[in-house]
Amino acid sequence: MEAVKSQDISKADLKWNIEHIMERCTMCGSCISTCTLGAIKADVIRVDKTYSDDMKPSPRRTHRTIPIIKQVSTIGNACVGCGMCAKVCPNNAIRPVRNSDSRQTLLSRDAGPVKRGGRTNLNAQRTLDHIIVGRISQMTDPSLDSIRHTFDIRSPFGRVLPASDLPFSLQDGKLVMAHKAPPVRSIYPLIFSDMSIGALSTRAWEAVAMAVAYLNEKCDLPVRMSSGEGGMPIKLLESEQLKYMILQIASGHFGWNRIVKAMPRMKTDPAGVLIKIGQGAKPGDGGLLQAAKVAEHVQAIRGVPKATLSSPPNHQGLYSIEESVQKMHLSLNAAFGFRVPVAIKCAASATSVSVYNNLLRDPYKICGGFFIDGIQGGTGAANEISLDHTGHPIVSKIRDCYLAAVKQGLQGQIPLYGGGGIGMTGNAAADAFKMICLGANGVFVGKMLIQLLGCVGNEEGRCNACNTGKCPTGICTQDPRLVKRLDIDRGAQKIVDYVLTFDKELRKLMAPIGNSTLPVGRSDALVSTDKSIAEQLGIQYVC
Amino acid sequence: MCRIGSIKSKVAFSPSKALYLMLPQQEGHDNSGFAMVMQDLYGIFTPYKDKPLLSLACTQRGAQMVEDFMDSHNFEQVAEWIPVPNDQPGLDIKAMPYYIFRNYDYPEYYRDKTMAEKEKLLLDIRLKLREILETAGEGYVYSFWPDVLTLKEIGDPRDIATYFRLWDDNGCLMAKSVVVQCRQNTNYDIVRYAAHPFFLQGYTLCANGENTFYTKNKEFQKSLHKGYVGFESDSQNFLYTLHYVLHELKWPIKYYKHVITPLPFAEIDQREDKDVLKAIRQSLANLEINGPNTIIANLPDGRMLTCCDSKKLRPVVVGQTEDTVAIASEVCGLNEIMPDRDMTKDIYPNEREVVVIDNELEVQRWKQ
Repeated sequence: MEAVKSQDISKADLKWNIEHIMERCTMCGSCISTCTLGAIKADVIRVDKTYSDDMKPSPRRTHRTIPIIKQVSTIGNACVGCGMCAKVCPNNAIRPVRNSDSRQTLLSRDAGPVKRGGRTNLNAQRTLDHIIVGRISQMTDPSLDSIRHTFDIRSPFGRVLPASDLPFSLQDGKLVMAHKAPPVRSIYPLIFSDMSIGALSTRAWEAVAMAVAYLNEKCDLPVRMSSGEGGMPIKLLESEQLKYMILQIASGHFGWNRIVKAMPRMKTDPAGVLIKIGQGAKPGDGGLLQAAKVAEHVQAIRGVPKATLSSPPNHQGLYSIEESVQKMHLSLNAAFGFRVPVAIKCAASATSVSVYNNLLRDPYKICGGFFIDGIQGGTGAANEISLDHTGHPIVSKIRDCYLAAVKQGLQGQIPLYGGGGIGMTGNAAADAFKMICLGANGVFVGKMLIQLLGCVGNEEGRCNACNTGKCPTGICTQDPRLVKRLDIDRGAQKIVDYVLTFDKELRKLMAPIGNSTLPVGRSDALVSTDKSIAEQLGIQYVC
Repeated sequence: MCRIGSIKSKVAFSPSKALYLMLPQQEGHDNSGFAMVMQDLYGIFTPYKDKPLLSLACTQRGAQMVEDFMDSHNFEQVAEWIPVPNDQPGLDIKAMPYYIFRNYDYPEYYRDKTMAEKEKLLLDIRLKLREILETAGEGYVYSFWPDVLTLKEIGDPRDIATYFRLWDDNGCLMAKSVVVQCRQNTNYDIVRYAAHPFFLQGYTLCANGENTFYTKNKEFQKSLHKGYVGFESDSQNFLYTLHYVLHELKWPIKYYKHVITPLPFAEIDQREDKDVLKAIRQSLANLEINGPNTIIANLPDGRMLTCCDSKKLRPVVVGQTEDTVAIASEVCGLNEIMPDRDMTKDIYPNEREVVVIDNELEVQRWKQ
């Protein structure tokens, strides 16, 4: 009899328990070789059994040693519930089971703040699900037919001038442009959000980029993709497909050495530049790429040594919006000859309206878009404390910013894009539509895209191992063995199929309210079954 | 659904003609009101074409308030027509005690000012009068503009015409241009201000349909111009946009259609003037309209125009004779007032078309 060492960590302390049914197991070893976290191992146990196999009772005691699949009971190798073992097992002999009595959160802080990927596990409330498209066109204004009628679904990306400032002159009864106006692109209102090469495996990033090219070139949907702060492959920088890409610059400036060097050889302009100030998943906490993921090719693209890469939480040298405008917006605009819109992305915050007001009132009229990222956004790596406890929901923030612009008659001048949890339940079209009615020009999605590629992580603590370099689906890892698990063609196809459905579903929501173009700010189309939500957003309460 | 109509003629005519245009279309409206804006006036107003004409409906107290206000602002009354109603029993009309149509001369110190300054003054005065009457609940002021008369009332249009003796054709009230509608607002509260046609600084507009971008339009227009007020009806958006594009931005008339129903992005990209059209679409996205609509508008220079929504979800037809052009929601209205016209020349504008009738009654139609 062994004495209980009550402070030892056992399987019962971990978030996920491996349930292994010995009777079904063939000991093929697939599960062990598949588990990237080292959460299970082959082991043997001693089994004492008393049995009788005669006609008459003749009990005999045997001592056997049998092989088993055993869960590793350490915090470092804790099962994350990804379920790859279950996926690979030919006999359904193994699966992870959520343990509601886990002590892992408490016990895992020995080595400093807990890091993980994914999205908040604590603040995943769904405001959008309490909102309904409740103003239906009937009788005098008929609903449209989502299949028969034509729809014109485009959003601006770039600084939109008020009509009175447009550089028009009149020639022979026609308006002509007297000089250049700020560049404004007409894009699809769904932007693929910034996930870097580094955060994603090259293959996963390539799958997303392939989907974008396909959607543009074969489906006539001008979906744009942000590179993330990790640079871009030279081949893409020097290709025609650069026009689908929004280059991201963040405080680490990772990848910009290569981008700048590629400029003379660029065949076309990029779709835009996005200055990342903050990220909804971890506001105020900067970028983070842990050393495990800084593979050779990542070092090459970013021009960095093998080390954990932290982008500072602030852009060094900027301490006011005015400086941001002058230094970053102007210099990035100038870099591309004022032909490329330059937008800014901030984490949603109680101060977002002030930031937006500053941008709207900027005398240079140079900010080409305000991307607000809510607390429910995903990340490749963050401190768990940031993920769960910092940030701001996106829905009311988009509404607040829109109404602040309305109050000044400036709505539409700096396009508003909202992200962070869009498509969390799989219904991105409904989420996007409601955000648009509340004042967004469009939405951006990231986490949802990798979920389409095969990511099994969710906001209930499943997997979220993006930071470890051991992503079991080959999406968020740079380990060449793991990366091969991802079929990029199949992944790209999945994204394309989803976006095509998204487009159809968007029409299915536009048609009943009788709109053939995007109902930006049409809050009268929405109602809420929650009184406080209705009140906060200024829409009708219904029950 | 309502029905709208307009007549533009080389020969001055009585308002009864507008009623004959509208009454056959009554299956499509509910005979709940009558409203018209007359422009290019004749009859008793012939001598005062350059003097701003105030159209209001009010109580006795309201009339006194208006008089006091105009006196204190140095407007000098030069002519007045107060209809003596034929108030026979049984008429379906919710009449106001007084209907006043009064020409004023500008204050002396304004007479040499530019037209733009005068326009601003007239608007300011009308808005102020509206505010005074609205606050006191004593009446409504519809227009204050040279050579323009507005009449709006709640009730059966036939009875309203009887009440104002419009069937008499006595020659006192004549115009060469009328925009008319025979129904009260159905979407929102019935208030006299909500009945089309709407008027602002020489621009008159009537709309048939529902503008589903009302909230967007309204939120934007509110901060564009001080004259963009009321918003009792989603059709006012059309008037304010017309005024904004033509009067404020001073763009040629053809760009109005590009603002309210812009071409699809894919089509814009094929056009030579794509830079301009794209910029307009982006900058004035909040003035775009959606939903089924047809509009008829009258411009300060006398031109009349009609166009439809981008899906052509509402009808309109233009008919013409040698001396008259009429526009109506339904052809039965035209058949009533111009049965002998050449019907093969009737125009049914499509969703991308604008029809403009100039003062020589030349009908221009162009594709957006």
